[in-house]
Formats: sequence, structure tokens, C-alpha cells
Amino acid sequence: MSEVTEASVRAEARAWLKEHWNPELGLVEWRNKLADSGWGVPHWPKQWYGRDLPVGFGAGIEEEFKAIGAIGVAKAGIRTLAAATILAHGTDMHKEKFLRRILTGEDTWCQLFSEPGSGSDLAGAVTRAEFEGNKWVINGQKVWTTSAHHANWALLLARTNWDVPKHKGLSYFILDMHQPAVEVRPLKQMNGHASFNQVFFTDAVIPPEFLVTEVGNGWAVATTTLMHERRGADGLRSWAASSTSKGRAYDEERIEFATTNEPYKWYPQRAGRVDLVLERARATGKLGDLVLRQEIAKLLTMSKAAEWTARRARAAQEQGRPQGPEGSLGKLISSHIARAAGRVHTSITGADAMLTGEDSPMGGVIAEILVSIPATSIAGGTDEIQRNIIAERVLRTPKEPSVDTDKPFRDVPRNIAKK
Amino acid sequence: MRFSFTGEQEEFRTILRRFFEGRSPTTEVRRLMETEAGWDREGWRKLNQELGLTAVAIPEEFGGQGFGCAELAIVCEEMGRALVCAPYFASAVLAANAILNAGTGSQKSALLPGIATGDTVATLAFTETDGRWDAAATTTTATPSGGGYRLDGAKSFVLDGHTADLIVVLARAPGTSGEDGLSFFTVSGDAAGLTRKALKVMDPTRKLARLEFKSVEAKLLGTAGAAAAPFAKTMLWAAVCLANEMAGGADKLREASLDYAKMRMQFGRPIASFQSFKHKAADMLVEVELAKSAAYYAAAAIDESDEDIVAVASLAKACASDTYLQTAIHAIQIHGGIGFTWDNDTQLWFKRAKSSEVFLGDATHHRDVMMRRWAA
Ligand SMILES: Cc1cc2nc3c(=O)[nH]c(=O)nc-3n(C[C@H](O)[C@H](O)[C@H](O)COP(=O)(O)OP(=O)(O)OC[C@H]3O[C@@H](n4cnc5c(N)ncnc54)[C@H](O)[C@@H]3O)c2cc1C
Repeated sequence: MSEVTEASVRAEARAWLKEHWNPELGLVEWRNKLADSGWGVPHWPKQWYGRDLPVGFGAGIEEEFKAIGAIGVAKAGIRTLAAATILAHGTDMHKEKFLRRILTGEDTWCQLFSEPGSGSDLAGAVTRAEFEGNKWVINGQKVWTTSAHHANWALLLARTNWDVPKHKGLSYFILDMHQPAVEVRPLKQMNGHASFNQVFFTDAVIPPEFLVTEVGNGWAVATTTLMHERRGADGLRSWAASSTSKGRAYDEERIEFATTNEPYKWYPQRAGRVDLVLERARATGKLGDLVLRQEIAKLLTMSKAAEWTARRARAAQEQGRPQGPEGSLGKLISSHIARAAGRVHTSITGADAMLTGEDSPMGGVIAEILVSIPATSIAGGTDEIQRNIIAERVLRTPKEPSVDTDKPFRDVPRNIAKK
Repeated sequence: MRFSFTGEQEEFRTILRRFFEGRSPTTEVRRLMETEAGWDREGWRKLNQELGLTAVAIPEEFGGQGFGCAELAIVCEEMGRALVCAPYFASAVLAANAILNAGTGSQKSALLPGIATGDTVATLAFTETDGRWDAAATTTTATPSGGGYRLDGAKSFVLDGHTADLIVVLARAPGTSGEDGLSFFTVSGDAAGLTRKALKVMDPTRKLARLEFKSVEAKLLGTAGAAAAPFAKTMLWAAVCLANEMAGGADKLREASLDYAKMRMQFGRPIASFQSFKHKAADMLVEVELAKSAAYYAAAAIDESDEDIVAVASLAKACASDTYLQTAIHAIQIHGGIGFTWDNDTQLWFKRAKSSEVFLGDATHHRDVMMRRWAA
């Protein structure tokens, strides 16, 4: 067998795309071809829709997709976390049932982790799962659940045991969102969007085979999901925009953008849109402003260095080395970048920063940045929690004395009255 | 310089705080912010009938109470705390001062009593489409016509400009530039040729408008061509009042976040018990107290005609700009997910902090003004 290099892989991908890409295919039909060939997620196992290729080849292969204009597998939102978690911990039945439909975009997922009483302290969840007869019965409430209104499946963290310390009493489930016992109520955000929700369970049902790993192992599984979520926040993700090209697949992709991907449409703004800074400074004639130039330069420095830090972390991971501390920094850095970008956009925009919607620059994009960036340092684990993780798990500083990890969860003081 | 408030001033503040807590709860703020006007006559009338607030800094001879900038600043600070939705800043701070600083004796007698009672709601239109806050940027022209003038041009970011009864407009004689040829004019809110459009604002608790003038009949206010100095003085008062308003908002946010953190449990304990929170809370207190000191000092400096007032006013505004926004960012962060929701009130102050940050010039602009004074 000849040696696999990035160039040889790209050539192979190019040839395959040339032969198979056809914009007149249905979107799902096309993505099924990607799943069958392994070119949609080449770093996944061969057995499960991938080609067992190193993650590092991904970027090059994506460029081949771009060059020919081919659409990739569905990537937006929580579905990628679902896929990563199922790949790591799911049974063959889970993989069979879910992975392909995640890639084709037929299924949309949400993450039922946070609750009114437990956000940072996820392990303090009080939504209960009780085994009754032959099924799990779920009661309780989740909150801030992005995309729950579009999701047909959910990743659920629930309490199965109240008599053991909090981390030990959790279990991880896959929940069918399409049942009357699950009620989704939208929550409006300060930026005017309503991409997250409250989700209520009144005797919602889960068949036993949708427990992920074992009873009591929920925290370990959730950690996998969270690790992927936080790694995904390192700024390397490019937020695809729907293309204007003609063809059935493109038409259907545009529909996907307007429906299931809709909750994520302000996500580029919440990251601060560093990509717009130079263009905006030029357009407003402020590129020559010496003070502003310095601020822009500082922002670009931080943003570039962050990108290279993330690349360095990924490169280390690809070479099989354990991920170094660089890998944990991305999410925290992204908050710094978002805030700095907010400052720079405000300086550039001046009085117009008081406006919004069509009266404001770029049809409201700048205003949306300014009122969306606070989410970056909260969603997916707050800055304070990231700092604790970096300090305690990466830097191995002595742990904070804990008041709640060694006693039965029943006895831990919390926000919501004990049931 | 006075470094403490008098007993009467403290009492005045206490009364105001109680009044606004009762009259301007956030349910009321939210109701008014959803209206296009952004305030209502009924509430405005009460504010003036019961407390005579618009009259505070207007001299007694013109129907006011004759207090100074310190008292006006106290009102602004308390209004900033409670996010009161009223055309107070437009009428009592901007317009009243412009008229006081520029008007002739008879004009003041004619215009100020109505403003003092609140029967006339006035504003000042000076900024234009380019969003510059300096007088030299004025392009709106005033052409003599008959016994009066005709205005042509456009003003933007005019506070309560779409609802004011009386608009004081900064305009220039055709062919002039810089600070020459500038005059103030008064225009009736319903004047022919004036088009008023409410702008879509990020901070809905403070409404802005765009005004277009097409040969609009206007009366000269004060001396023709001599508006630059009174305008500058008006802007000093405005910057100082805004700095106080912002300090009030920041202080309120700081307190509300602290209260929340003491109540909110995670990991089996209040989040306020985490050392990282304590450090943040302590830093926030330091910052807000600095901003308050700067704002209070600046108001006292105006009342005592301190010769450094130009630098001091800008120092206070720059300090308030940075502090209010930073406090608001912390406040949302301390609230976590709920802080990012529409229904949580933190976002109301966040948006006020955001708009106040650039209103009347951002921190960079004001630091520059300060340095031009002190490093000249
Ligand atoms: C836009 C958005 C989308 C989201 N989407 C989802 C989703 O799809 N699914 C989901 O499950 N959740 C989602 N979340 C929820 C998010 O994960 C939580 O909001 C976050 O983890 C914080 O939890 P909390 O809101 O309960 O705040 P809290 O945990 O109450 O935190 C309040 C404050 O206390 C601080 N704090 C807490 N513990 C400590 C400590 N030990 N030391 C120092 N400070 C501490 C926090 O940093 C924060 O500043 C989303 C949130 C946002 C904003």
C-alpha cells in the first residue's frame, strides 16, 4: 500500500467529488453518499461513515469540497456533540440508529444539561429518572436548551440516585423529544432572538436501551460531551453561510439554514466578528485613527495567536500526544476576543452604536454583535468555570475545599426545594 | 471643593430614590420602552407636579428652584439607577441649559417657565448624521427670511426628538465653517417642513430621533453667530449630568449583582462565597466608587466655577463610560444564563450602559479633550 499523504488524500477526495457531486441531488440523498463513501467525516472510523484518516487532513479535504462547491454533511449545532458522544460511548445500535441521520441533517439534537438550579454545577441536576416496569420515566425541568424547538432527539443528564454523592448519582440518556410529556417553551434573549428554551418533563418515557453506558455513569459521559463543546469553542470553527448557487441541494440547504440552523444565526456575532473589523474601520474612514489602530492591532494579535494556539493543540492531538494545556485555553480566550472585538466595533461605530436594526450599520449586524457577546463567556461553561478547570486540572493547583462532593446529594444545600 | 453632600442634598436623594422605586419599577420601564414615544405625559406630569424635578436647576426668576449642577446631577444619578423613562435629560439638562446659556432675558422668561413646570418638553438638536458631538461638525444652515430664519439640513441622535414640543437647534449661517457662524434656534415640534422619525435604538429606554428640516421656520435664540461658547457650556453640564446618571446605573447594577450572588447557590454554596467572585465584587466596588467620585467632583466643580472644569467634565464622562460598561458586563456574567435573557432586568441597564458609552462622545474622545487641557 502506498503511503497516505495529505496530497494523496486530497487527490482522492477531489476525484471522488468530481465523479459524484451533483447539485441536483436531494440534500439527504447527497449526504447519504457522503456517509457511504466516508468523505463527509473522513476522521471517523471506517465502520461508521468515516475513513479513519487523521483529523489533520480535514481542512485540506474541506478545501476540495469548497473548490468544487460541494455541500458537506450537516454540522451545525448540538448534533456534532451528539455524534461525538455516541461515537465514544454509544452501543452499535445507537450508532446504527443515529449517526447517519445526524450526518444527513435529518435529525436535529439538543443538549438537556442545564437546569434552573444547576448550570455551572451541572452535577447538581435534579431532573429525575426512575426505572418503572420496563422503562425510564423522567420528571423535572431543563433550561437554556438551545434548539429544543427543532430537536427530535436530546442528550439528557438526569439523576437516578439521591443517596450517593452528586457525581455518582447521574445517568445519561438519549431522549425522544417527540412525545407529549416533553413540553418546550421558548425563552427570549437580550439580543431579541429566542434560540434557547425551557423544557419540562412530566412522565416522559425513555426505553432502557437509550441509557448511555451504565446507571450512575452519567457524569463521565457528560464530560465527553462538554469536552467536545468546549473544544468546539476554540474559534477554529467557520460558520458556514448558505450559498447562493443554483441547484436542488443548495435550495434544500437554504431551507435548512432558515429552519433547523436558525437558532445559530447570531452565533458568529456573539464571537465578535473580528473578520469585519478592518473592513469597518476602512469604510468609516477610521483606519488612520492612531488610538483605534492600536486597539485593532491588539485584537488581531489576540485573535491570530488564539487561532495558532488552537492549531497547535490540534496538531499535538493528531500526532497522538496528549493534548497540552493549550487545548483548554481556547474557550476562555474566545471570551476575551469577543469582549475586545465589542470594544473595537463600538469605537469604530461611534454614535451609530446606539442604533439597531435597519437604522444601524450593516443592517443590524454590528448592533447584534454588541448585544450578543455576553453569551460567549456564559454558554458552554462560564469563564470562571474554565479558569477553575485550567487551574485545577491543567495547572494542578490544590483543589478548592468542596462542601458538596462527599455527602449524599440529598443533603446538599441547593436552590430548589428538595423533593 | 465640597467632598460631601449637604444634609438637604442627602435627604433629596433619599426622597428621589424612594419615589423612583415606587414609580419606575422595571415593569413600568418595560411598558414605556415598548412605546414609540418612550415616555408618557401622565407620568411626566406627576414627576413634575409632585417633585418639581425639571425645575431643579432653572433659576427662580424663570420659574425654577434655582439649585445648582450638584442637585441636577443627583436627579440624574437617581434616574440612572431606576432607568426612568422620561424626557428629563433632553428637557432639563440639554434644552434648559442651552436656553439659559444662549437666550436673551426675555427669551428665557418666555421659554424656561414652561420647561420648569414640565408643560413644555424640549430638546436640543445638535449632532448630525455623521455622529460627531462637536459644534464644528454642524452643517444645518439657517438662512434669514423675513424677520426670522429658515432651517435646512438634518439632525440625528436627537434625544426625544420625535416627541419634544420645542426643539433647540444648532445651525450655522450659510458659508461659515468651524465654530464661526453658529447660532441656536428654536423650532416648534410640529413646525411645517420638519420631518421627525424615531430611530431604532439599541437602548429602548432612551429614544433618539432623526429630524429633517426643509425650510423650517425658526426663531433665533440669543445672539446670531455666537452659539459656540454657550453650546460648549451646555455640553459641559450635559457630560457631567450624564456621568452622574451613568454612575447611578452602574451602582445599581453592582448592588443587584451582589444581591443575586449572595442568593444563588452552586456547588452547595452561594456563588458569592467563591473567592474569585469576592475579588470581582471588590474590584467592581472600587471602579464604581471611582466613577462616582469623578462624577460628584465634576458637578461640584461646575457649581464652584472651577477653571479646570473642561478637563474634569471629560474625565468624569470617560471614567463613567468605561465603568458603566464594565460593570454591566460583570453583572450579566454574574447572573449566568439568566443574565442573557430578555426577561431579566440586567439587560436593560446593559443596553443603557452601551448607549451611554458613546452618547455625547466615547471615552477616547473625552480622554483626548482632557489631555488637550492638561498636556497643552
Ligand atoms: C446562549 C446560551 C446557550 C446555551 N445553550 C445551552 C444548551 O443548549 N444546553 C444546556 O444544557 N445549557 C445551555 N446553556 C446554559 C449554560 O451552559 C449555563 O448558562 C452556564 O453553564 C452557566 O450556568 P448558570 O446559567 O446556571 O449560571 P450559574 O452557574 O448560576 O453562574 C452564575 C455565576 O456564578 C459563577 N460561578 C459559578 N460557580 C462558580 C465557581 N465555582 N467559582 C467562581 N464562580 C462561579 C459563574 O461563573 C457565573 O458568573 C446556554 C447558555 C447560553 C447563554
